[in-house]
Amino acid sequence: MAIELKMPALSPTMEEGKLAKWLVKEGDEVSSGDILAEIETDKATMEFESIDEGIVGKILVAEGTEGVKVGTVIAVLAGEGEDASSIEAPAAKTEEPKAEAASEEEKKPAESGTANLASDIKTPRGPEVPHGTNMKTSTVRDALRDAMAEEMRRDDRVFVMGEEVAEYQGAYKVTQGLLAEFGPTRVIDTPITEYGFAGIGTGAAMGGLRPVIEFMTFNFAMQAIDHIINSAAKTNYMSGGQMRCPIVFRGPNGAASRVGAQHSQNYGPWYANVPGLVVIAPYDASDAKGLLKAAIRSDDPVVFLENELIYGRSFELPELDDHVLPIGKARVMREGKDVTIVSYSIGVGLALEAAETLAEEGIDVEVIDLRTLRPLDKETVLASLAKTNRLVVAEEGFPVCSIASEISAICMEEGFDDLDAPVVRVCNEDVPLPYAANLEKLALIDAKRVVEAVKKVCYR
Amino acid sequence: MPIFANLVAKKSTFAGQFRSSALSLFERRSYTALPNDRTNDGKQALPKAKNPVAETATVADASTDEDFALHSLQTALDADKRYEPSKEELLHLYEQMLLIRRFEEKAGQLYGLGLIGGFCHLYIGQEAVAVGLQSALDSAKDSVITGYRDHGHMLAYGIDPKVIMAELTGREAGISKGKGGSMHMFSVEHRFYGGHGIVGAQVSLGAGLAFAHKYREDGGVAMAYFGDGAANQGQVYESFNMAALWKLPIIFVIENNGYAMGTAVKRGSAETHFHRRGTAFRIPGMSVDGMDVLEVRKAAEVALEYVRGGNGPVLMELNTYRYRGHSMSDPAKYRSREEVQDVREKRDPIEHAKTELMGMGVTEESLKEIDKRVRSQVAQSADFAENSPEPVASELYTDVLVESY
Repeated sequence: MAIELKMPALSPTMEEGKLAKWLVKEGDEVSSGDILAEIETDKATMEFESIDEGIVGKILVAEGTEGVKVGTVIAVLAGEGEDASSIEAPAAKTEEPKAEAASEEEKKPAESGTANLASDIKTPRGPEVPHGTNMKTSTVRDALRDAMAEEMRRDDRVFVMGEEVAEYQGAYKVTQGLLAEFGPTRVIDTPITEYGFAGIGTGAAMGGLRPVIEFMTFNFAMQAIDHIINSAAKTNYMSGGQMRCPIVFRGPNGAASRVGAQHSQNYGPWYANVPGLVVIAPYDASDAKGLLKAAIRSDDPVVFLENELIYGRSFELPELDDHVLPIGKARVMREGKDVTIVSYSIGVGLALEAAETLAEEGIDVEVIDLRTLRPLDKETVLASLAKTNRLVVAEEGFPVCSIASEISAICMEEGFDDLDAPVVRVCNEDVPLPYAANLEKLALIDAKRVVEAVKKVCYR
Repeated sequence: MPIFANLVAKKSTFAGQFRSSALSLFERRSYTALPNDRTNDGKQALPKAKNPVAETATVADASTDEDFALHSLQTALDADKRYEPSKEELLHLYEQMLLIRRFEEKAGQLYGLGLIGGFCHLYIGQEAVAVGLQSALDSAKDSVITGYRDHGHMLAYGIDPKVIMAELTGREAGISKGKGGSMHMFSVEHRFYGGHGIVGAQVSLGAGLAFAHKYREDGGVAMAYFGDGAANQGQVYESFNMAALWKLPIIFVIENNGYAMGTAVKRGSAETHFHRRGTAFRIPGMSVDGMDVLEVRKAAEVALEYVRGGNGPVLMELNTYRYRGHSMSDPAKYRSREEVQDVREKRDPIEHAKTELMGMGVTEESLKEIDKRVRSQVAQSADFAENSPEPVASELYTDVLVESY
């Protein structure tokens, strides 16, 4: 019986890819282990291996095709005794009637819970970008890479260190190309030894360099948190301002997709708790670039929290020679008069999406992206509260002792008279993130929950 | 690298000369034999190991060359153990050690009076370590980092005793404006990078300082001091690995004073010969008498020559002793009075140097003169520390961040 070859998912977050090249042609005999094709994801080019034996019957997706969805049948293999030439292509699944698709949906396992975090809403031009600036489209991943490359060209004290940052080009390809441009003295692969290299980076900063330390994810920075907090954050104070520590600790933070509890946590509130640190968690490409450049130039230790699920998203990025943004300033992403949603990082996409939904129902939402978690831009939050008198915080992270908790406290302490309703926190569920797709979906924040919370504070 | 060229040339001579503290022939054999034996169905060849002699001829020859780098520095030190100072040099070392001793005694006294608070870890007994090693460093380019037992180190690097004592009393004139305290003092000017309160942190940070030296190619060497207790922290070995892998210019100095707080070395360490702890990372080790300032100085020269030659890190174990408790609040019930008294009488680094000086013809009178000078310096620093004002309240909020956002 004919075997369908489907577009494979080559990473936890891959949804589609480019069929870059076929290495077999129709009529070829293949056996298990043969490389059939090369597939490009946003991170890398991967080889697609056969696990079956047979003859290549039909190639259904031509090489060079972009945006091939995971699960699409890309070729058909004829099994033993079958005539490869007589094999018919299966009917395209997308043609199926909608009603049927819906019933299939119920039987099918749920898609990853992080699908709820997806958002394709475009963000407006930031207030710091001058009028008339040309804009180009860039992924957050490229924006971060460009930020590092520009700062490395500008200041030879800047170097990048971490696991797989050099020869592998970054576990999430954020450091792609840096080794080729700057060489192994400035782009340094470390062994898997977070505590050690965080300490070495911190020591190098004390010794006058400007390290950018990449954690493959911030989950692994838990092994190194002692140096981030006890060594990097406190030294300037303990030395009476004598010994500085200009270092950036960066990497993806927050829930990824279906990777379970140990690889899915937002550490924003942890670091934001510590005086002596600057904590930045940008959302779009422009902020990612402008704030990473600012972080590298800062004389203070900076924890720079990225998000794996946003790396591949494209946004407008100003074409400026030196796009540096101010640390500690929130950004009004959307103006509105009825209610304020405060968020940061991936939550901003959800807040914007919720705002669009709510606009259709006549609720005019203002969305604030905190961008920097420490120092927190209270003024922008309180000014918005004074205007809308209602506030919801949307945070992809645990609810207890969260940034949302902090914002609630600030509104209560300093904006009490402006409140027409209690501040509501919309966060993930208060459980370790589960693996099962349906449970993951239940655990994570989504735009629907944000919408409900907004209606609640509007008493609607 | 004259010493090393010399050693390499003579290595066959060293092959048979192992001191008792170096790896024995049997140990060396089993180190090299094990991996081979394991490939044999993963079974460890215990019966074979019981009979080391049988294979010694082949295995020992191979391992002699293999291990040479690891014990070459020890061999070099053993060949010529003590630095030969001029009278002036030894007088200077003596005075520095004495300054530390008297300063720490005074700090202990001020602690008792309630003028110094919190934790206060005295360096009494260990003076020869910091003084001997520091005397070999190039203060214009080398950097130093240590743990919380740091007053003595700072004095050895020529930092004004007044600002150290004023930090201990928590005054504005203190080196950290009174915001660091006993464990957190720094002097970037003197390339002294602290003063760190988390046991073992200074080892990774020190490797970072060494990384910066190498990155800038400034010829500097970092010296990272830590105790026998810190030597059991995991990050120490992470740092050893990267320092050796990248050939960082660093000397790891284990000040083995016999006790990790109250835990005797043998109760806390499976391998009590700390200079061997770098073996797994191919870092050469040296075991040094840390109570003899001239041996310390000589050992530092051997180590520095190796590190400055671009050969990567060295691990030095300085065998020393602290006379006082771990901190001021430690009654030190885990050891006997006799043990402490015995070291004081037989191994005291200051008495040792004094005897040596008198042998060089220095008079009792001139030694008394030094003692007087040191006492007066310490008394002045104590006065200064007592009479300086406390930090103004607004200092609470300064230095949290460098920039304003």
